[in-house]
Amino acid sequence: MSEVTIKKVLVEPILSNNPIALQILGICSALAVTTSLKLSLVMAIAVSLVTAFSSMFVAMIRSHIPSAIRIIVQMTIIASLVIVVDQVLKAYAYEISKQLSVFVGLIITNCIVMGRAEAFAMQNGPVLSFLDGIGNGAGYGLMLVAVAVIRELLGSGKLLGFEILPTIANGGWYQPNGLLLLPPSAFFIIGLIIWGVRTYDRKQAEGADYKLSAHKVKEAF
Amino acid sequence: MSKSNDTIQKTIIVALALCIVCSIFVAGSAVLLKPVQVSNRMLNMKENILRAGGMIGVHPSKKEVEEAFTAVVPRIVNLETGQFVEPSEAGYSSVDAFDQKRVSQNPNLSKVLSSSEDMAGIKRRERFAKVYLVKGDDGIEKIILPVRGYGLWSTLYGFMALKGDGNTVLGFGFYEHAETPGLGGEVDNPNWKALWPGKEIYDDSGNVAVALVKGGVQPESPTARYSVDSLAGATLTSRGVQNLLHYWMGQEGYKTFLNKLKSGEAGNV
Amino acid sequence: MFEHLLSLLIKAIFVENMALAFFLGMCTFMALSKKIEAAVGLGIAVVVVLGITVPINNIIYNGLLREGALAWAGAPDVDLSFLGLLTYIGVIAAIVQILEMVLDKYFPALYNALGVFLPLITVNCAIMGASLFMVERDYNLAESTVYGVGAGVGWALSIIALAGIREKLKYSDVPEGLRGLGITFITVGLMSLGFMSFSGVSL
Repeated sequence: MSEVTIKKVLVEPILSNNPIALQILGICSALAVTTSLKLSLVMAIAVSLVTAFSSMFVAMIRSHIPSAIRIIVQMTIIASLVIVVDQVLKAYAYEISKQLSVFVGLIITNCIVMGRAEAFAMQNGPVLSFLDGIGNGAGYGLMLVAVAVIRELLGSGKLLGFEILPTIANGGWYQPNGLLLLPPSAFFIIGLIIWGVRTYDRKQAEGADYKLSAHKVKEAF
Repeated sequence: MSKSNDTIQKTIIVALALCIVCSIFVAGSAVLLKPVQVSNRMLNMKENILRAGGMIGVHPSKKEVEEAFTAVVPRIVNLETGQFVEPSEAGYSSVDAFDQKRVSQNPNLSKVLSSSEDMAGIKRRERFAKVYLVKGDDGIEKIILPVRGYGLWSTLYGFMALKGDGNTVLGFGFYEHAETPGLGGEVDNPNWKALWPGKEIYDDSGNVAVALVKGGVQPESPTARYSVDSLAGATLTSRGVQNLLHYWMGQEGYKTFLNKLKSGEAGNV
Repeated sequence: MFEHLLSLLIKAIFVENMALAFFLGMCTFMALSKKIEAAVGLGIAVVVVLGITVPINNIIYNGLLREGALAWAGAPDVDLSFLGLLTYIGVIAAIVQILEMVLDKYFPALYNALGVFLPLITVNCAIMGASLFMVERDYNLAESTVYGVGAGVGWALSIIALAGIREKLKYSDVPEGLRGLGITFITVGLMSLGFMSFSGVSL
């Protein structure tokens, strides 16, 4: 990163440098909760907060962290924050925390959180690191919400639990596509989103591993 | 980064300081939030019980739940003798403290099920269960029983609410499961739950007859009063639901208790 | 008992496949599935680490953390389960580190093959996920050992299969934007669809 500005750290990870679409980071915990938009929103907020605060704390003590125990220090900070988030969810959003089950805990191993702490917060000040965390969390959240909207709307005809497309079962016209509620659909949707993003922004496309070359040898007879 | 950070003293100091700060932070939040969590969990459970008994609306306030729950009398039942017992027999000081999930894991208070007995897929069955009764002008009006069993992916936890006759279903629903959304997860669908009230559990000779049938219940069929449509596209979840009902409503489950309750042998309500 | 464990093993490998049904360990799954050799190395490392950490976390959870577990120390009302997350990740990091040192000292050949993958495993969601699932489903020690190994084998199986597909796939003429990551996601989706057919299988 050549020049670090507030606007840049906030906006870049959302579109042009989206952590899921480009760096394949943090999709582990992301996909399993995308069957419902509500869960995805909660998850996105939780991840943004954990990323932002862990980056901030790491940045605050970055000049005191011995390099030998760097990773474990970051991990401890992240794990503590995740426990707090988990406890808060259990206290104030019991239903949601039950549905998120193990996936709140898995924020600890979310590569985005760890990645930002290591790659950005170790070199920058607390304020910038905080904003960088928010930006990356929002980029992650955007992807999560996009997938969740597709899956919930087409999979059950609802958004946030409200019926948008009246289903046949309830006397409407829409036949819900059950596949979208099953795990494979999340992979397809992410794959297609990546295709879209990369077609829109050609720079991000990967080169071919193997080039087909034209057939040059003349037929022998 | 300066080199002085990498001395042993500094490493240990940083590690210790971090541990102390983090532990205060984590333990503090856990201790502070614990009462809220516990009351939330209780409230959630009460809501589930009331919902199975059809005693509250869709989005009740906290006050409504608490108020409605005053009509409910929780009691501990010995599943083998079918009689009410004091909570102290199961080692608990009060009915409220009795935790059925914990009891089912306690080797002294539960029995291991052999694979032929274990049709509900629950591995162990507790000897004591907490049932919820609602009294009316002429005796018991509602009996709400906790049930559980394995579906396709997960154990389903729910409540079966019966009328005072111990046979007619008032309401049935699960409050915790992880079945496939849209398929097995349709156990939560209000339209499916609405099929249950009025159905009967036992046939005339007292056998568990309730069943989930594929392809829709024929209203004129003689078994229609015991039959409920199975969930479309969720054969295994439906089978799991049927098995758990057969288990819990059968001899191993609440049947002895329900019979004794009817004949008045279960003890004072 | 044996029957029950076997059924649990089959379920952990095929039906509840860590990668394809729960999306766990995806970061490494996508990044290191280009070559079969790397996939095999990583797969074995995951099986080993899961087979060790899940039972150890099980012992810690049942002996120290769960509500009432400290009764032997005269504190039956203490509930430390909120410390779970921190403990599991610590245990995982420590085990990985120890494993790395042991391999380096006594099995240099194995260390050369697996060494580079071990540090990656600490932040692999599949490892943490298996421990959390173990707690949530309340497995005992035997079950959690079987579950740990099964979950690892399942994960290894899917990454090796994916690497095999990708090795072939690189000769295909994929549309520009879909190249690399995009087509891999779609491939994994198809694999996941295939694994769906195991659902409901029980012995």
